[in-house]
Amino acid sequence: MNYSQFFAMLPEITLLAVFVTIFIFDLLATGRYRRIFHTLTILLMTAQIAICLKEVSTEQTLFGGMYYSNSMIAFMKSMLTFGALLVVLQAHRWLSTSHSYYKQGEFYVLLLSTLVGMYFMISARHFLLLFLGMELASLPLACLVAFDKYRHNSAEAGIKYILTSMFSSAIMLYGISFLYGTAGTLYFDDMATYITGSPMQTLAMVMFFAGLGFKISLVPFHLWTADSYQGAPTIVTAYLSVISKGAAVFTLFIILTKVFAPMTDEWQTMLYIVTVASITIANLFAIKQKNLKRFMAFSSISQAGYIMLAVISGTAQGMSAMVFYVMVYIVANLAIFGIIEALEKHYDNVELEHSHLNALYRSNPRLAFLMTLALFSLAGIPPFAGFFSKFFVFMSAFDAGFWVLVFIALINTVISLYYYLLIVKAMYITPNETPIPHIKCDSFTRISLGFCLMGIILLGICSFVYINIDRMAF
Amino acid sequence: MNILNLFVVIPLAMLAALWLSRGIKQIRTVMVTGSTLLLALSVYLAADFIAQRNAGVTAAQLYTDSWCWYPQLNISYSIGVDGISVAMILLSSIIVFTGTFASWNVRPHTKDFFLWYVLLSLGVYGFFISTDMFAMFMFYETALIPMYLLIGVWGSGNKEYSAMKLTLMLMGGSAFLLMGILGIYYGSGATTMNIHEIAAKGNIPVELQYIFFPMTFVGFGVLGALFPFHTWSPDGHASAPTSVSMLHAGVLMKLGGYGCFRIAMYLMPQAANDLAWIFIILTTISVVYGALSAISQTDLKYINAYSSVSHCGLVLFALLMMTRTSCTGAILQMLSHGLMTALFFALIGMIYGRTHTRDIRQMQGLMKIMPFLAVGYVIAGLANLGLPGFSGFVAEMTIFVGSFMVDDTFHRTVTIIACTSIVITAVYILRVVGKILYGEPVNEEHKRLTDATWDERFTVICLIICVAGLGIAPLWVSDLINNGVSDIIATLKP
Repeated sequence: MNYSQFFAMLPEITLLAVFVTIFIFDLLATGRYRRIFHTLTILLMTAQIAICLKEVSTEQTLFGGMYYSNSMIAFMKSMLTFGALLVVLQAHRWLSTSHSYYKQGEFYVLLLSTLVGMYFMISARHFLLLFLGMELASLPLACLVAFDKYRHNSAEAGIKYILTSMFSSAIMLYGISFLYGTAGTLYFDDMATYITGSPMQTLAMVMFFAGLGFKISLVPFHLWTADSYQGAPTIVTAYLSVISKGAAVFTLFIILTKVFAPMTDEWQTMLYIVTVASITIANLFAIKQKNLKRFMAFSSISQAGYIMLAVISGTAQGMSAMVFYVMVYIVANLAIFGIIEALEKHYDNVELEHSHLNALYRSNPRLAFLMTLALFSLAGIPPFAGFFSKFFVFMSAFDAGFWVLVFIALINTVISLYYYLLIVKAMYITPNETPIPHIKCDSFTRISLGFCLMGIILLGICSFVYINIDRMAF
Repeated sequence: MNILNLFVVIPLAMLAALWLSRGIKQIRTVMVTGSTLLLALSVYLAADFIAQRNAGVTAAQLYTDSWCWYPQLNISYSIGVDGISVAMILLSSIIVFTGTFASWNVRPHTKDFFLWYVLLSLGVYGFFISTDMFAMFMFYETALIPMYLLIGVWGSGNKEYSAMKLTLMLMGGSAFLLMGILGIYYGSGATTMNIHEIAAKGNIPVELQYIFFPMTFVGFGVLGALFPFHTWSPDGHASAPTSVSMLHAGVLMKLGGYGCFRIAMYLMPQAANDLAWIFIILTTISVVYGALSAISQTDLKYINAYSSVSHCGLVLFALLMMTRTSCTGAILQMLSHGLMTALFFALIGMIYGRTHTRDIRQMQGLMKIMPFLAVGYVIAGLANLGLPGFSGFVAEMTIFVGSFMVDDTFHRTVTIIACTSIVITAVYILRVVGKILYGEPVNEEHKRLTDATWDERFTVICLIICVAGLGIAPLWVSDLINNGVSDIIATLKP
């Protein structure tokens, strides 16, 4: 066996190396060495991203076609790792508290193992590998959700997450078994030739979709979202809402266009309904939320619906719109969660509500400003990146002929603008009897928020990002 | 370097400078320098444009340039102006300039106020210089969103409600608009977002035009206070701080009329001809209903806001008549209304800043207390009701003459109905002037009030000069916009 072929899996290998290093460091390091733990992790992750970006990957196929990688997939992996890096940067304050200080290592290891899982999800060209990656991405996430196990909410959220996660995995596995039964293979490429759209296969597709729909938290598979988001530590919520969602969306796109290509009409109809439901229902629920993290949960469900607008087109244009959307969504959402995390420190970890943001602008103009930009970006207001990503998503769906769907989504942007503006209103307009003092973020969080700010402002205006993504699509 | 880029670059530089500036003096310096530069630049642009036209340059668009932005989606940042845009840019510069002085003493958070204010003007300028639908739409929305904070934070009265209502209604409009833009893009074969290239191809299927013309027209029409989507306007104007009202009524509402003309009608001429009657009826209602509502209001700003609904309705009305005269009148009306309303809102803001009430029942005899402001108010009022010598007369005259030229019963009837608004305007203007300015002061506290300060006088005088100047010498504007209007009319009525 030629071992050099393993270098085709450079991202996975390097990430595993980081993973192992951290694991060993956690075992051996004591006393003052542990103080550099956070910095070390960040450096290692940065190095990993740098190595993977430097290696311009061409098409790679491994293990008889089970593993596949091209420049788009490599880019997606780097993007996810970068998002995870931003999350880790923001985690500094939380990891320094007495509860989590000695569990730091666990946090990094669990986080990185989910990342490895996502890498395999994205690269999989075989259902077994896909399932393996997906489980690897979900199980440690449940531990992360329950990380603050001394808090009732966190533990409860962890249980909810793992139960629903296992349930959806089971359904998905059932779907895969149907597919195997009708096609007799688990390779994506081979399977596509056996897909005829028979009732059995349609059922299999629906079941499979349900499994991924859970990860993306689309309506009607979204019921776990609000509770888990609310209960999980904010850092984990941030991770859950962007990175794990991004990987799942990408996988869904690949499978729908590669495996289920002959059934395009069927899955488009299904996705149509799910998209409309996700956007509309989540928007309507978000209006009434008072708890910030629950609010962000519904906001993220509706954002997932917008991403589906790109998926439904199934074209190369849709793929680049989707990847770009995920990218913009990562920076905007992480900015918001970073600020929530910073505020939680001030409020001593109570569950934040809208009213806790009242008059934030008077004492913390910069945080309020960044929050406003991030919310505007999520709402799709120019000149921020969210406008561009929304526009491209709409274009791709319009291009594929889904006019009415685009119209419904557009009307929904107005509703979403309403609830995003409610937060802006709280920060700028509503007075506060007990003013928030000036909040000083630690330097790691600041770096992370700085990246988010740059992303929000520049990603749209500097078109080369999108142009390069588009070149890599398909 | 294309001169038009400066209209984007200067506001950007102002934003950066404001971000760095400390203290009120530096902020004011930045604002005055920036807005003066913009004004000078637009005067130069107008002069140069007329000179080029006189020299026989007949190209539809001058100063054109284009940079590829998103090549895969055929999006580019392309710019260019015709006479109509030049006129609008000039108007914007005047309002931005005077608005700076009208908000000389804004508090609190002066810096942030001007940051959002400049972002708003950036959007306005960008909109008028763009010839690419995507860039245009981007600038359009950029101009809308700062309104929320400008009204919400620095406004007065029921500001939270008004700000939210205004933002959501305008954004709802732009949802329709985006649909229309995508429809135009894909209808014309998905090869370009450039307005003039699409117009030159003219290949949007008629059945698609029937769907997307109403959407685009309504999308822009919401901002142009088209009945029944005008309800954001009175609340929004009433709650907004002075300079924001000026900019919003003076310039932002013109984005609506301009967009209807430049995108909706120009690109989908067939549907525009066939469906115009629906919108003519709606705009006629705007014109008359706006004027009638103004009569029954007691808040100065509400009166003016409804008056704006009426006058902006007249702009859309004239555009839909699609004769050269009426469209020229529409552009004149945009200019004239922009200047007049800005003057009105500036004066109302100044009066309100002193009396702390805008209720006309509580004010009387202000002429004796603050003669300068009162005289300014009378002039603004007379200009508004179309006294010859001021801009309003020229504009309305041209509009009604142009509209009456369409010789069928329907168009003539609605023209006559719309004409009644002139009389109604006189009623509500004279009522207010008589009520608050003349007579003996009733409120003891009002007797101690002072007249305008230097910055206020400067604002008012600048605007009065412009209003009177446009009324006395309107022909140069006609020269300016002649080619632009003819081009679009030629597409509409081949």
